[in-house]
Amino acid sequence: MTSKGPLSIFTRRREIPLWRDERVLQAIAQVISAFVVIGFIIWIIINFFEAARGRGLNLGFGFLQEPAEFPISDPILPFDPSRSFGYAFLVGVVKTLLVAGIGVVLATVLGIIVGLARLSTNWLLNKIALAYIEIHRNIPLLVLLFLWYFPVFNSLPPVKDSIVWPGPTYLSERGLYLTWPRLEPGSGILVISIIFAIVLALIAFILLRRRRVATGQQTYHVVISLAILLILPTAGWFLSGGSPIRMDTPVLEGFNFTGGMRLTPEFAALLVGLVTYTAAFIAEVVRAGIQSVHVGQVEAAKSVGLSSFQVTSLVIFPQALRVIIPPLISQYLNLTKNSSLALLIGYQDLFGVAKIAINQAGRAVQVFFMVMATYLTMSLITSLVLNIYNRRIQLVER
Amino acid sequence: MSISTEAARPPEPPGPLTWVRRNLFNSLFNSLLTILMVFVIFYTVRGVIYWIVNVADWRPVVNFPFLYLVGQYPRDQLWRIGLSTSLIAILFGLSWGTWGGLIRTFAVSLGAFFAVVALLPVQSNELTIPVRGALLANVLLIFLGFRLGRLQAVKGSFTAIAWLLAIEVITLILLPGLSLRETLTLLIGSALVFIIVYIIYQAIRVGGINSTLRILILIAVILLAAEIALASFPNLANTPLLQKVATTSWGGLLVTFFLAAGGIVLSFPIGVVLALGRRSSLPVVKVFCTTFIEVVRGVPLVTILFMFSVILQLFMPPEARIDRLLRALMGMTFFSAAYTAENVRGGLQAVSQGQVEAAKSVGLNSVQIMSLIVLPQALRAVIPAIVGQFIALFKDTTLVIIVGINELLGIGKSIINSDPEFIQLQAEVFIFIAMVFWISSYILSYASRQLETTLGVGER
Repeated sequence: MTSKGPLSIFTRRREIPLWRDERVLQAIAQVISAFVVIGFIIWIIINFFEAARGRGLNLGFGFLQEPAEFPISDPILPFDPSRSFGYAFLVGVVKTLLVAGIGVVLATVLGIIVGLARLSTNWLLNKIALAYIEIHRNIPLLVLLFLWYFPVFNSLPPVKDSIVWPGPTYLSERGLYLTWPRLEPGSGILVISIIFAIVLALIAFILLRRRRVATGQQTYHVVISLAILLILPTAGWFLSGGSPIRMDTPVLEGFNFTGGMRLTPEFAALLVGLVTYTAAFIAEVVRAGIQSVHVGQVEAAKSVGLSSFQVTSLVIFPQALRVIIPPLISQYLNLTKNSSLALLIGYQDLFGVAKIAINQAGRAVQVFFMVMATYLTMSLITSLVLNIYNRRIQLVER
Repeated sequence: MSISTEAARPPEPPGPLTWVRRNLFNSLFNSLLTILMVFVIFYTVRGVIYWIVNVADWRPVVNFPFLYLVGQYPRDQLWRIGLSTSLIAILFGLSWGTWGGLIRTFAVSLGAFFAVVALLPVQSNELTIPVRGALLANVLLIFLGFRLGRLQAVKGSFTAIAWLLAIEVITLILLPGLSLRETLTLLIGSALVFIIVYIIYQAIRVGGINSTLRILILIAVILLAAEIALASFPNLANTPLLQKVATTSWGGLLVTFFLAAGGIVLSFPIGVVLALGRRSSLPVVKVFCTTFIEVVRGVPLVTILFMFSVILQLFMPPEARIDRLLRALMGMTFFSAAYTAENVRGGLQAVSQGQVEAAKSVGLNSVQIMSLIVLPQALRAVIPAIVGQFIALFKDTTLVIIVGINELLGIGKSIINSDPEFIQLQAEVFIFIAMVFWISSYILSYASRQLETTLGVGER
């Protein structure tokens, strides 16, 4: 019934009382909430400046140029205590990124293996993967890191009685010494040829597959791009004089090893702990992703005559990836954030460097905000990538 | 044309040999894999058994049961913790009897925990016969509570009030000694808070004042009368009731469970409020909540813990001193709340707009719509995610080591450092701690799966 109806002369239009008018209530709520929130922030800032004045804190960022005056164990960049604090912070960031970068790659590989094992028709393999996942998901990461560090990597025998693994790899209290390929002079050609091969193979793969999809002709895109990947580096190998890469083997000389690639016990424990822990979560992500592809899809693909490789690569995988990628990236972010536990097993990363500075007078708040800003930047970049990806796959969606 | 009756019969259940062939040797690759894994498992198990029987030395684990349980809590004050655990035990039994279902898992696990500690087959001058007896009595109390809860007279509201009272009492028992007057003031204050919360709750449910509220008001009035009466006996009023126990002496499982339980109970409502705030139409609230959630989720927990333990006091008035353990609890709570908020937001988005419109059209106001229509459905949908977050919170309690609080893992470390002989026995300590966490987390996730089936999550 509208007010303009024939009965409107009998029903006087009643004003809605102020306290029940939704617009008025909304406006009041806006004002009150603004007062409360802004008041709270101002209260905090006032407190802070009073505390800073009372303690004589210097709130500038000048200390970034001052000497750091603390050592960093196993700095990856050249570092000594006389270098500036800003540089020390940078070293910390690089160490965090290094652990995160290597950890993400290894955790993905291990996670996919465990995830696929979890889907295996082999009962025993399936249950082993399940046990692996359940063990790692129900124990705190810090306990796992302690287990890897204190009884394992920190209790290795002295250099003389090193454990030797094939490779050769030496495990001793000084850390892990790995045999590592090193580039010899003249290897530039090889490196260039490898990069060139990858780019060319990618271009060939994309172009040929596009033609295949568009016209239906057999273009042998897989074979051709694999051939490029194989032939070009081989050519580069011979062009650069026959031996562009030397395997750098660690050798025991006196009381220590020379040569090879050294991983400190702290780094090794952190890496192994982070990778095995995150892999359990990635395995679940992979399993859920693959199981999210409807059985009907597989049956339909089989019934139109695709081979089982084609079913996997053309039907299951593209659809599973859509489900897998977003949680996978958030697992990468988790790994990066979890690497801040490094401090507790003696690997000085971003947070470890910052903690020393926080305990030095007058730098706490600034350093603290620098740490927050660094981690936030990482997570913002990640969510940006994720959003772009999500938008792209949504366009592809049926 | 003959119709075979054979085809209609269900296939025979596969025998063990068929099962083995189908599940372990269904292809050449799988057969090789199975054989390889049998070997690996055999050698691993043999190695583990050899280590447990011949190498492992569990002295650092079994010699200090009280350290692992309560840390440095003064040994002559242990009855306070004992009393609190007994209260919790009987309440868990009571809740099991009243509500059944999910609580059963927790009550039974709690009973099993007491039984295991009580019957630990080790010689220890800490686990004396009376202590073991007290622990076993807790098992009995759980059962007693269960039988009590099954009585017709005991209702859900009674159990809920018993819980609230018990939390009060436990706080008063465990916390530093307050005088009689302070105790009463605290009790009256919390009774008033309960009454207000309850009235709001009733207002939403459109109900009248019922018996529960009457009981609460009665309790508050009696307490108030007692305090007024006390005013005439100043000596009595100002004597501390119990000796003060600083939280710095707390440790072990006590701290782990305190942080986990406190974090779970506090972070849930804060998380719900944050989620509602993020979807609010008030721009200031929305921006504030969104910023809070995103910042907290973007940084590691250790930075949050560090902020609350070191930076927070710079942003507070100088006279405000918050206890160290409480600061850690605040850090854990806010961290977990941000994640809970995102889970709840997911649930809120899953509730269809038609539900809200239907609720509006039957004349519910916006508070009623939110609390009676939207939230119950939203929360039901995200129970698995929220429980997962609680498990994460429980595991994350280990991180408070970084601000110098000795929870279970910290106690383990300090026991190792206390004796040079134990440096070689670190594996035993950490494996023990890992097992404690594993079992507890597993119980939580088991309970979560049960809850999902009870509530039928995923059926719609």
